[in-house]
Amino acid sequence: MTKKQKKTMYRILVAAVLTLAAALLTHFVALPPLAQLGCFLVPYLVIGHDVLRKAVLGVVHGEVFDENFLMAVATVGAMVLGEYAEGVAVMLFYQVGELFQSYAVGKSRRSISDLMDIRPDFANLENADGSLRQVDPEEVAVGQVIVVRPGERVPLDGTVLAGRSTLNTSALTGESKPRSVAAGSEVISGCINNDGLLKVTVSKGYGESTVAKILDLVENSSLKKAKAENFITKFARYYTPAVCVGALALAVLPPLVLGGGWPVWSTWVARALTFLVISCPCALVISIPLSFFGGIGGASRSGILVKGGNYLEALAETKTIVFDKTGTLTKGVFAVSELTPAPGFAEGELLEIAALAESYSSHPISKSLRDACTAPLDAKRVAGVQEIAGHGVEAQVDGRAVAVGNARMMARHNITFTPANGAGTVVYLAVDGKFAGSILIADQLKPTAKSAMAALKEQGIRTVMLTGDAAPVAEAVAATLGIDEVHAELLPADKVSWLERLLAQKPPKTNLAFTGDGINDAPVLTRADIGIAMGALGSDAAIEAADVVLMDDDPAKIGLAMRIARKCMGIVYQNIVLALGIKAVCLVLGALGIANMWWAVFADVGVMILAVLNATRMLGGVKK
Amino acid sequence: MTKKFNIEVDCANCAAKIEDAIKKLPGVTRATISFMSQKMLLEAADAEFDTVLQAAVKTAKKVEPDFEITL
Repeated sequence: MTKKQKKTMYRILVAAVLTLAAALLTHFVALPPLAQLGCFLVPYLVIGHDVLRKAVLGVVHGEVFDENFLMAVATVGAMVLGEYAEGVAVMLFYQVGELFQSYAVGKSRRSISDLMDIRPDFANLENADGSLRQVDPEEVAVGQVIVVRPGERVPLDGTVLAGRSTLNTSALTGESKPRSVAAGSEVISGCINNDGLLKVTVSKGYGESTVAKILDLVENSSLKKAKAENFITKFARYYTPAVCVGALALAVLPPLVLGGGWPVWSTWVARALTFLVISCPCALVISIPLSFFGGIGGASRSGILVKGGNYLEALAETKTIVFDKTGTLTKGVFAVSELTPAPGFAEGELLEIAALAESYSSHPISKSLRDACTAPLDAKRVAGVQEIAGHGVEAQVDGRAVAVGNARMMARHNITFTPANGAGTVVYLAVDGKFAGSILIADQLKPTAKSAMAALKEQGIRTVMLTGDAAPVAEAVAATLGIDEVHAELLPADKVSWLERLLAQKPPKTNLAFTGDGINDAPVLTRADIGIAMGALGSDAAIEAADVVLMDDDPAKIGLAMRIARKCMGIVYQNIVLALGIKAVCLVLGALGIANMWWAVFADVGVMILAVLNATRMLGGVKK
Repeated sequence: MTKKFNIEVDCANCAAKIEDAIKKLPGVTRATISFMSQKMLLEAADAEFDTVLQAAVKTAKKVEPDFEITL
């Protein structure tokens, strides 16, 4: 409890005791009405003076019709009608409700903030003599060496200087799979060091490091408001005056029409006052931002950063998702995927000869050949290596003339070969002027890509792939993954114009999301209704350009993000209907004289509690 | 210039009303108040930022006397 809340609590206790004393006194001793009023006025002022003050200030400043005004009118009205005890009790009850509301909201605010609490408290700076000094991460400069002990949070981005350990990235990515690091590895702030001592050379100041960027993003997210949130505040602006006019009509019209003396008037005025208490709009207004805040918090726990409630709202209405291929659906890493040896050659032999011939080359294709080869590669077996640009490599391997390269390389040596048609880059191999076989090198699909696409299809989403890659490769990938539509061989500018076309095609009132890895995607990310960047861990460009940031590069997170968004919107609509519905029912009951003032305060506080509890369901996340 | 401030505001409706009132002030190009994160974002031209900020705080206190801001 905060200091303010404690103060309110003591005031409530004191006022409650005083009210009880006043009730007992007036019950057992026959006092004149004025003395009775005096007895109840003491607890009334103790508990209600701030409300009265704010109500008066509100009127002075032209801010009538706020809840303080409503409560002041209702309770003063009750006093005037001679219902002293009721006037005090209602004010007391109202303050209890306010206290509870402030406590509950504060508590859920904290528990959501805790989810996102990846702020490092300190950094262990290494002194020249090797001793350690605990400092604020903001004081550490680029190039200084810090020590991260097991169990501690990596405070700043950097490169491991010495040590070996595994890092727990779950606070950032929502994934519990540890990442192993050793000397030379990049480490990202916000991860937790699991087991070994790490010495890290700091590469970015605190303000520039990943953790600060993420915290900034999360902090700003609540400042971007969703349509639903703006709707409810706009609604409240008309609602409160409307209710006041309604209450006034309720107090004046029936007695005028029905006629009758003071008893009739006092009945209707009492009903009008009840009406006012029921109408307090705060429960309505509080539940919407709370739901969005919870949604953003729940998403961030799964490694999905949503930059604002408006994006959560837009994501829930997304029906078209456009994907980039390389790095988004595929790993963006080339690897040997198929070996087709010619008769007389074995698969292992084919790969070994090719890898040996290419052992001096730095080309990515050569690297993937070497990576795929399990046999030890002895450079002494290779001689006379000659790289022929646009063709491949010629070399002597174990004394045999080897040519490795594309179809042109084979043509150059007048070798008849069997062309391969796989999706990817084909490497042909000839030994002593004779065709030895082909090796297909292709980008690898991400393991979850297929199930992620299936899950999206189940949700009725149209999937489109745009890629700069060759058509056969793109079509093969799309067919394997079950993507609805594919457009290949696009230049970056073509991607934008295709996106425009897709935007024109999308069903009305739905949104189109673009998902990319954030590299060269910025124009498309910004043009789409929602830009989703993945694999953002360590990529500042992606964090900047996108509206939704997936911390790791798992495409399955897209479906998860959409389910979270829909759950959040579900809660938002439930809360709107719930709050408006209960209020409407109570207003009618109040007008008919069925609900009394006690019910009124209870309805106000009760609705609020239900809305808050409903909103906190967002913290539980959704089923994976 | 855009600046973020930590604020203290007790009710969601008041936060919305304060935001509304500040947005209408001359010189304010953007203003947002988040009740949940208890933050205020204010954007105004560099030259008059301080004057605008003062006016914004004054307006906020007028709407909600309990409004607190950490400058």
